[in-house]
Amino acid sequence: MTARVAIIGVGQSSFGKRPNSSIRDLTFEAFHEAIEDTKNLGRKDIDASLVATAAGYDKQRSPAAVIAEYLELNPQPTFLTEAACASSTVALRTAWSFVKSGLHDVVAVIGYQKMTDMTSDAIQEVMGRAGDVMFESPFGTSMPAYYAMFARAHMDAYGTTEEDLAKVSVKNHYYSQFNPKAMFQKEFTLEKVLSTRVIASPLKSLDCCANADGASCLIVANESKAKKFAEQPVWIKGLGLGSTPMSLASRNPPFTGFESALEAARQAYTMAGVMPEDIDVAEVHDCFTIAELIAYGDLGFCKREDSPKMIRDEETHLGGRIPVNIDGGLLSKGHPVGATGGSQIRTLVHQLRGEGGKVQVDGAKVALGHNVGGIGMYTNVTILEA
Amino acid sequence: MGFEQFGFVSYVSQAKIGEFTEYLINNRLMGTKCKKCGKVYFPPRGDCTSCLGEEIEWVEIKGEGKLVTYTQVNFAPTGFQEDVPYILALGQLNSGQHVFARFSKDVLLEQMKIGMAIQLVPCKIDEERVIYEFQMP
Ligand SMILES: CC(C)(COP(=O)(O)OP(=O)(O)OC[C@H]1O[C@@H](n2cnc3c(N)ncnc32)[C@H](O)[C@@H]1OP(=O)(O)O)[C@@H](O)C(=O)NCCC(=O)NCCS
Ligand SMILES: [Zn+2]
Repeated sequence: MTARVAIIGVGQSSFGKRPNSSIRDLTFEAFHEAIEDTKNLGRKDIDASLVATAAGYDKQRSPAAVIAEYLELNPQPTFLTEAACASSTVALRTAWSFVKSGLHDVVAVIGYQKMTDMTSDAIQEVMGRAGDVMFESPFGTSMPAYYAMFARAHMDAYGTTEEDLAKVSVKNHYYSQFNPKAMFQKEFTLEKVLSTRVIASPLKSLDCCANADGASCLIVANESKAKKFAEQPVWIKGLGLGSTPMSLASRNPPFTGFESALEAARQAYTMAGVMPEDIDVAEVHDCFTIAELIAYGDLGFCKREDSPKMIRDEETHLGGRIPVNIDGGLLSKGHPVGATGGSQIRTLVHQLRGEGGKVQVDGAKVALGHNVGGIGMYTNVTILEA
Repeated sequence: MGFEQFGFVSYVSQAKIGEFTEYLINNRLMGTKCKKCGKVYFPPRGDCTSCLGEEIEWVEIKGEGKLVTYTQVNFAPTGFQEDVPYILALGQLNSGQHVFARFSKDVLLEQMKIGMAIQLVPCKIDEERVIYEFQMP
């Protein structure tokens, strides 16, 4: 296997309310960190850039052109990749294909979102239209409402409780203390999480990720460039991408998982030749607490019905069977939609290079990233190896 | 006339099944049936996306079904804030199709139970706008 594809540099901006930062400033911050993370990679060594963002939050149309201009990546090819909240890992998948095919040697994946100059209700109106605008959005849908419907079905089917959901929030917020780039870097008690106001029953404010500004950058390279431009390349072992109908009404019960994620996981495990039990550390798309429990089941970390038990038994805490979201997850990092997947991969790359600091998983060799678009319309699974 | 009268807020004005809103105005819940393979769609479709048949006919839909899942929305997106709280639900009609809709305002959160019998009915929002909603049978 000579044609391996590596990640040779990772970066992200601080996530959160960034009142003094435009999309240029945010992407610059992430790109700069990623370049510094490589071994002397120059701008001219980057053969193409892929920009990932979800439309509708900032006014810039065709943003790849302005990002490539600002980062001085012209005249190399650049374009936008969109898959809602999974945009940046779908761009990573595209970058992999470019490199694997030999079309390009080194590709930069730049994800971003600028959200906090809009109010939360205006953002939910934009997000609600990432559901079917013909027969669902006219009822007043939002992402919290959609996920709340999955939470209710999960509770009904498996006896999952509001405490189980809150435990996911407590875990992820706990680890955020060790992530200087997270929007919120503090602990919350179970009682506190349970006492926050209901957004869409049964989901409360601290069951939800917050809207944020932020950017991420991943630099992908073929094996020979990886050896030249990285001290410690991290290899892409498996990739999976699946889809689910956008409308809830076109899906099959039970409403406790995403077909897109099952398909993406199947593809990624097969390609990587690994099983769920081989995963040493994982980042899953916890846009809501329920989404993390859904992910445990969809990724085969446990049977779907056992996912509440997994959080109760602390199997996904550091030191547990599969540590999950030990960088704080979306719940505490904030969720700048187009940047999130890249941020997850950055955390996993640090883990595989042994740079996890206080949250390093001892001897981590195989890592999994799970990045969901909208209400599971797209799921991307990436498996990385040290 | 098109589709712009459908919903509390509508985002689509033109569609092949535009007549659907006229039926709702006349208090009729109608779906489409493929003349080739017989598949019945609710919400309606302008073509049969299953067998690719392009000839459809309108058929009456019995709105009886059961509750699959639900949520009560307290934080609404822009354009819907005056309606909170409202209950969004997914139901399954006895004829098989899943339907996404709100519950009628006179039904309370405490009354919700997954699996319970529900009834889908056409409903006028105001002089201009129509929709369908779930009620207790
Ligand atoms: C839940 C939600 C509606 C709350 O919005 P809001 O009412 O505007 O809330 P605010 O941003 O004013 O936050 C209220 C407080 O809670 C805090 N907070 C909000 N979310 C938090 C989180 N995830 N973790 C920690 N604190 C949080 C805020 O810092 C703020 O604290 P303060 O009062 O001390 O300043 C909004 O965050 C939201 O829509 N989240 C979901 C985003 C989404 O759907 N993403 C896509 C997923 S697919
Ligand atoms: Zn047909």
